[in-house]
Amino acid sequence: MNQNLIQYIFGVADNCLILGQRLGELCGHGPSLETDIAMTNISLDLLGQTRSYYQYVAKLQGNDSTEDTVAFLRLEREYKNVLLVEQPNTDFAYSIARQFLFDVFHLALLTELQNSKDDMLKAIANKSIKEVSYHVRFSSDWMKRLGDGTEESHQKIQTAINDLWIFTDELFHQTDADKEMVKQGVGVDVTLLKEDYYKKINSILEEATLEIPQVEYFQKGGKLGIHSEHMGYLLSDLQYMQRTYPNMTW
Amino acid sequence: MTEQIQHIDQQLFEILETVSDPEIPVLSIMEMGVVRSAKLQNGIVNVQITPTYSGCPAMDVIGDDIKKAFQEKGLEAKVELVLFPAWTTDWITPKGRLALEKYGIASPLNETADKEALLGNKKVVKCPQCGSFNTKLVSQFGSTACKALFQCDDCLEPFDYFKCLK
Repeated sequence: MNQNLIQYIFGVADNCLILGQRLGELCGHGPSLETDIAMTNISLDLLGQTRSYYQYVAKLQGNDSTEDTVAFLRLEREYKNVLLVEQPNTDFAYSIARQFLFDVFHLALLTELQNSKDDMLKAIANKSIKEVSYHVRFSSDWMKRLGDGTEESHQKIQTAINDLWIFTDELFHQTDADKEMVKQGVGVDVTLLKEDYYKKINSILEEATLEIPQVEYFQKGGKLGIHSEHMGYLLSDLQYMQRTYPNMTW
Repeated sequence: MTEQIQHIDQQLFEILETVSDPEIPVLSIMEMGVVRSAKLQNGIVNVQITPTYSGCPAMDVIGDDIKKAFQEKGLEAKVELVLFPAWTTDWITPKGRLALEKYGIASPLNETADKEALLGNKKVVKCPQCGSFNTKLVSQFGSTACKALFQCDDCLEPFDYFKCLK
């Protein structure tokens, strides 16, 4: 079994699961019907992508592993998502800022993953990128609407961007498993995406009349399984049914 | 592209045509273009389907419906989900596009026009109710993953637009 490959897939797929779960919390709670539907649609896309990755992981792991055991029965430290995606839905501005900061990265990652030497990852990237280009459009549009909107919306989205900015650098960190997969031509070298990422983000922030945060210290840890205080609560929600009624099925 | 060619045995085609998309009942899965191959091998029908969107909950139902349709004809079917090549709205047949319009869903435009429509830049989506182009985007996301929400400024009816996926 290729442990490095599995760990690499977790690094990609867990972002989709955890962000999908976060967005799912907004189901029925969005600020308007349209945004509610949009964010749950994005959630559904991300959870669908997660399923494809996890079905692949389950196949690689063999034994009794299924997409559900992979999704629901890991411990907190075994989830390899970045800290950004587990941050809470503090308000609409935070949800949009988090989405925007992730979407721009996600699109760049999938663009490169389409060249992976692993056929399955290549196919998933090829499929997902179509959906993610809609996500980028949605979140970029809302960044501009909030930034260039009212005084209050401007101030709220600026605060959200300032607070979430410290989680952006981690997107470009590599674990040992990542490095190994890059060497084999399976994984994407995220360090090469960094410059272009900030260029794109900054240009949209400027268009949204927002200031680019100046930060010297960045947070990290999620990729190594060391999560923020929010992760435990999220997982207790996510895993509740399987932990309470082990092996339950629909 | 050769990989876009479907391999479907003729005698299976008619059975597959009776299976419809659970979210859009006027559209058969054949018109939708989600069936990539169907072959009868050693008494078992092997069907490959591809999802429209990754998280589309209709895929599980479609899989079950395919099995049921073959069962009624005394055939056992196995359904496999394939991701590559990824589904595109180009695979919806002309008949399927017509069925969509009749059902009240505007069918997907080409990539460029779709972008203009979803950014709200140009009035290019035709209202399936009254035929007017005086329509506006309400939300880039609609009632299902594959649709966006529009409204007609002439007849005032809200309607779904099937997003272009390339």
